[in-house]
Amino acid sequence: MSVTAREVTAGETQTIVAARRLRDTKTVFIGVGRPSTAAILARMVHNPELILVYESGTIGAKPFHVPLSIGDGELAQTADSVVSVPEMFNYWIGPGRIDVAFLGAAQIDRYANLNSTVIGEYEHPKTRLPGAGGAPEIAASCGEVIVIAPHAKRTFVEKLDFITTVGHGDGPGSRERLGFRGRGPTAVITDLGVLEPEPGTCELMLTEIHTGVEVEKVREETGWELKVADDLTTTEPPTDEELSALRELLDR
Amino acid sequence: MAEILSVSDAVAGLVSDGDSVALEGFTHLIPFAAGHEIIRQGRQDLELIRMTPDLLYDQMIGMGIARRLVFSYGGNPGVGGLHRFRDAIEHDWPRAVEIEEHSHAGMANRYAAGAAHMPCAVMRGYVGTDLEARTTVAPITCPFTGETLTAVPALNPDVSIVHAQEADREGNVQLWGIPGVQKEAVLASQRSLVTVERIVDELELRPGGVVIPAWVITAVAEAPGGSRPSYSLGITDRDNDFYKFWDKMSRDRDQFTEWMNENVLGREISNR
Repeated sequence: MSVTAREVTAGETQTIVAARRLRDTKTVFIGVGRPSTAAILARMVHNPELILVYESGTIGAKPFHVPLSIGDGELAQTADSVVSVPEMFNYWIGPGRIDVAFLGAAQIDRYANLNSTVIGEYEHPKTRLPGAGGAPEIAASCGEVIVIAPHAKRTFVEKLDFITTVGHGDGPGSRERLGFRGRGPTAVITDLGVLEPEPGTCELMLTEIHTGVEVEKVREETGWELKVADDLTTTEPPTDEELSALRELLDR
Repeated sequence: MAEILSVSDAVAGLVSDGDSVALEGFTHLIPFAAGHEIIRQGRQDLELIRMTPDLLYDQMIGMGIARRLVFSYGGNPGVGGLHRFRDAIEHDWPRAVEIEEHSHAGMANRYAAGAAHMPCAVMRGYVGTDLEARTTVAPITCPFTGETLTAVPALNPDVSIVHAQEADREGNVQLWGIPGVQKEAVLASQRSLVTVERIVDELELRPGGVVIPAWVITAVAEAPGGSRPSYSLGITDRDNDFYKFWDKMSRDRDQFTEWMNENVLGREISNR
């Protein structure tokens, strides 16, 4: 029986699309969860030379399992080098040595700025979220940022409750004014499609839609008037190879 | 020279009410045994400093012993939020906790400045975020290039506590695996305690091992399994199931309190 006989979930598509983005990448910075799964999958299917860098200081980790935390023992045991946290940020992230960084967020706005600090007011938050972690400096300095987030109206908002991490600020020129070295967010991969900054305005625009998803649905789940690319494409469905590798990885 | 003490004597001698205390360990080597002993000894009004509060500070905050928290990421790694941390900030339960938050890069640099006995560290960061106005950072101009950079103040805790795999009988310590900011935390503090999995006659130096000499450590205490449910690479494994269990159990105040009473307060430390 072909692996595709089982229906492909939106989450699987999201992970597979994220992994494809790493085909020609040399180094990727990842947190836990879907980004980690995507990067390990990329090493299995597209890019065996891909260098995985985790915030915990493990450079060149080659995990066989998807780690629960960024500090799981397997990451340190398989890494080319393990460095302290000050070294990770000052020698590796800050100078822009990492090509691509995957980030998540509780809220994202049309310029791909991110909130992972609070929902509601800072002093009296409705929901206190974990906070910045490494994200602000990672987003400022890594070559480019790919955001992975569930597509929902409460996540894709008109205005962030708190700017934890700057994406494209308030539009063209923002990153240059702030002295950032990296190009910032180049894609937001969701369970419905892919958004990319529109050249010239930096505003996120729907450029790719997953199979079976209606544009109207993406609009409904976005908290601002979403632009849709004239040449909107449909995501190439996961191949048997991608799907079976992903399922095998998650079963390990 | 480091004194070799029991965990309870070391905590009693080093940690006082009102102190600023950093228990470090970046996912790996989190000093749970020492943190639990601080709770058992009834310390109060602590300023708790830690990059990633993790379950240990969730427990300490939930037991009401923190007046202030300095941190950069208050989550349960890979699982979700920290419910006691959230409850304290959102609803002041069991008491209000003042917070000062930073980015990881900021905290790491603050420890490095503290270790160097410098007043501040200089970095690129915070600009353009709402964090800048909510925390202690300031712009500074590079005298050589004119570039505007960000200064973060040094962290110099009254006490730093870290866990390591082993120490020798003189109190020299070696840790390996993810080194976090343990060395920086020890060197930045006024007083320091290192709990270890085992005390050995002679340290067998390891590739990538970090050695902290006895003469910069105040006390060393043997605490086998003392980083559980975190881990000590090569000796214990991270208890990922416990991190998932904590997410469910700790949502409820009563269940949390009962669990702490049974598993921390009611239990003597299992070491010399």
